[in-house]
Amino acid sequence: MSPVEPSGLQGAGLVPPEPLIFEMGSAGACGVSLPPQDVPSVAPSSVIPAELLADGPPPLPEVGECDVVRHYTRLAHRLFSVDGNFYPLGSCTMKYNPKINERAAAMPGLVNLHPHQTDDDVQGMLQILHELRTALAEIAGLAEVSLQPAAGAHGEMTGLMVITAHHRDHGGLRPKVLTPDTSHGTNPASCAVCGRHAMVVESLPDGRIDLVDLAKKVDEQTAALMITNPSTVGRWDGQIREIARILHDHGALLYLDGANMNAVLGIVRPGDVGVDVMHYNLHKTFSTPHGCGGPGAGPIAVAEHLRDYLPVPQVVRRDDGTYAWDHDRASSIGKVRSFYGQVGVLVRAWAYIRALGPDGLRDVSEKAVLSANYLAARLREAYDLPFDGPYAHEFIMVPSFHDYGVTELDVAKRLIDYGVHPPTMSWPVAHCLMIEPTESESLATLDAFAEAMLAIARDARERPELLHHAPFTMPVNRLDEVTAARRPDLRWRPEADQAAETP
Amino acid sequence: MRYTQLTDNDVAKMLETIGTESIDELLSPIDASDRLARSLDLPPALSELELLAELDRLSARNRSCDGQICFLGGGAYDHFIPTVVDELAGQSEFVTAYTPYQAEASQGALQAFYEFQTLICQLTGMDVSNASLYELASAAAEAVLMARAITRKRRVLVAETVQPDCRVVLETYVRELPIELVAVPTRDGQMDLDALDRLLDDDTAAVVTQTPNFFGGVERIDLSTTAAHNAGALAIVMVDPIACGLLKSPGALGADIVVGEGQALGCPLSLGGPYLGLLACREAHMRKIPGRVVGATHDAAGRRAYCLTLQTREQHIRRERATSNVCTNQGLLALRAGVYLSVVGKHGIERIARLCLDKAHYAAERIASLDGFELAFPDVSFFKEFAVRTTRDVPAVLAACRRRGILAGVPLGRWYDELADCFLVAVTEKRSRAEIDALVEALDDA
Repeated sequence: MSPVEPSGLQGAGLVPPEPLIFEMGSAGACGVSLPPQDVPSVAPSSVIPAELLADGPPPLPEVGECDVVRHYTRLAHRLFSVDGNFYPLGSCTMKYNPKINERAAAMPGLVNLHPHQTDDDVQGMLQILHELRTALAEIAGLAEVSLQPAAGAHGEMTGLMVITAHHRDHGGLRPKVLTPDTSHGTNPASCAVCGRHAMVVESLPDGRIDLVDLAKKVDEQTAALMITNPSTVGRWDGQIREIARILHDHGALLYLDGANMNAVLGIVRPGDVGVDVMHYNLHKTFSTPHGCGGPGAGPIAVAEHLRDYLPVPQVVRRDDGTYAWDHDRASSIGKVRSFYGQVGVLVRAWAYIRALGPDGLRDVSEKAVLSANYLAARLREAYDLPFDGPYAHEFIMVPSFHDYGVTELDVAKRLIDYGVHPPTMSWPVAHCLMIEPTESESLATLDAFAEAMLAIARDARERPELLHHAPFTMPVNRLDEVTAARRPDLRWRPEADQAAETP
Repeated sequence: MRYTQLTDNDVAKMLETIGTESIDELLSPIDASDRLARSLDLPPALSELELLAELDRLSARNRSCDGQICFLGGGAYDHFIPTVVDELAGQSEFVTAYTPYQAEASQGALQAFYEFQTLICQLTGMDVSNASLYELASAAAEAVLMARAITRKRRVLVAETVQPDCRVVLETYVRELPIELVAVPTRDGQMDLDALDRLLDDDTAAVVTQTPNFFGGVERIDLSTTAAHNAGALAIVMVDPIACGLLKSPGALGADIVVGEGQALGCPLSLGGPYLGLLACREAHMRKIPGRVVGATHDAAGRRAYCLTLQTREQHIRRERATSNVCTNQGLLALRAGVYLSVVGKHGIERIARLCLDKAHYAAERIASLDGFELAFPDVSFFKEFAVRTTRDVPAVLAACRRRGILAGVPLGRWYDELADCFLVAVTEKRSRAEIDALVEALDDA
């Protein structure tokens, strides 16, 4: 995995710039084939009020099918992906996306189901969903799972709503939710969306929650603490039972952000150590593909005393062995989205769990933890590791090249030249890189990554200018993101095009 | 083990490098008493062959829309998905790429989203679109939160003709927030505009309407947006993107925020998800928009390039003060919609909308001429969907049609007691005259 030498090769060997779809095509062109008119034509003005009729069609592109295919094929080539590249992105769990899951989700008998079809018509799918929610409850060690939320943040919001409903039933208006300073940004943002006020709980130098600070801040106004365990600094917080006790003693609940479940599958169950509510990120732990930023799925799991509040409907198995949607849950918070959930994503997660079984899931976590610790061992000679091991499935390292004027951004951009997607940057510790290899990688890939990072460390000291101008092998290089935010250009306009042509 | 590649030899080498004896040692931060002392109680692993066989078995226990004639609507529609959509969006680079935070390594996705944003603006007549939200109901909720943030007012008027589960989701979202939802009643299958006038006041943040509405009727958005603006409220309009091929755009009719369900734009029915939330707004509200937004800029060499922008609105920067908590959105579905809109284009979308109009009106006329059937709202304009009232028992009628392989409609009694004798029929460009005639015959015999 040796990088291309930088001199004189800016953009060399790369594809030419790809025009926008609006810059392609020709007046009158159309790429779709439609069936002929076989019913009487209705004059729109005879059935729709004139005030509501458009003068003409919307100004969409006019491009033929072949050029549309060329365009989107070329765009696909200008993209890193798990299928093409190693992505040691901390907190994202960029594991292999099994192809059989894609096959499963595309099967006509599973994908061509209308949400308003009767339960009788969709027994096979309902069985899949029921098996999935049962499996996720078992993995969580909690009583019941709702498959409804559309993403992790959506699951957090749903979980917080369940917690709020519980407190309202028990006489408390508890506006406060505690989150550690290392939490994912969605945690406090989800609090705000639910009308809760997020308050920070301090962490100890080793990354665990400061129990003294927690005890000081928990009171009868506290709805919950949102914890990620292992935490985002890559360590399991062994105080979790004590944390749960402190919260429960004050009538508060413990919420687990399940983004890091890849470290503990079959090893620890959140419900067993005092967690009341958690969400999963199926697009992280359960291999569903990231799709350039979705669709994901964020099912939540809750303890027995919170089941009444789950969204409706729920997929149930009746005594006669048939499956149905059950809308009968008097204390339900309601719905957080239309219809049932990210069903196409849920099918993929179900297939993954069925393919692995209990031993395979445990193996995932063991190999994920092993791989992270291996990389930490290989990289510690060249990078600072602010937290002691052993690590969970991810770890934090800080490039310390300030004397050479090299930042973590420079390191990240140079890594692209090695064909590796940069790790998570700058969070939760300033100037850090968060590395999560996952369990999918071969030793050869891990070693090649380690070699690349060691080479970059050498280059930081010996050729810092190289790193400042990386990457060299991509179609574009170091974007002006400041102007992008100051003078936002969020859509193509034909007038802008004309202005640009003016010399 | 399945999907992992590290061999026992690899593991031994790695442990040696780390300096530990076993993986178990690496798990030492976890207290032994906290660890699960047994295996997970799950069915044993299936090989690929066995999993494929299980999938076939489960798939066979469903009666998909392929083998039936689908007239179901109610928020999800059996529209034609051109073959290229699956092929292009199914490219593994798009499927397995991450969120495009690293611009240099993600220009393909970023450009595709910039195009998607543009296409949605072109379709809806609005200035700015985001790069997608989850689906219609939560998008509507986000629009309501936006309206509150923009106006700081409390009341939000929501037409009762808005899709029922969207209204349930709105109630769920605002329960703990300083927002009061007020229902605008229905008159003869449309939002009651006189009631709207009476309900508007100077503490109204927004009016939420849907067009076509849940009954398929086209609402007088021109009038409701004017009424909203006169009261100092924002107009949030929920639209069917296919209808935008024929109807005046919500932007041209005065909408401040537009939300929509993009499922009709090349996304499969998939039992209700994943779908595609659309949200677009006026330029003035750009910095309050939730979710990801892609912008154009230049790189160090002056080349046009695309990146995620206005990120200070988002959770990973602003945390509690973010405009929303959305992180993962519906990237791949937005990509599908972009391909769809590119391939159907200006002429295709108009043609598809006309076919829906023609076929739905043909079906409505034929059904209304049957004994025991009539249009529930005969005076309301409709686009591709309409409500049918029958003197016969609705569940029995639908069951009889289903026995003939026809999914005739969605019964309305589930949400509206006064419409228990009605069902919704949706007719898209996919329904041939023969299929419509078969529906009519089945209803007549039911």
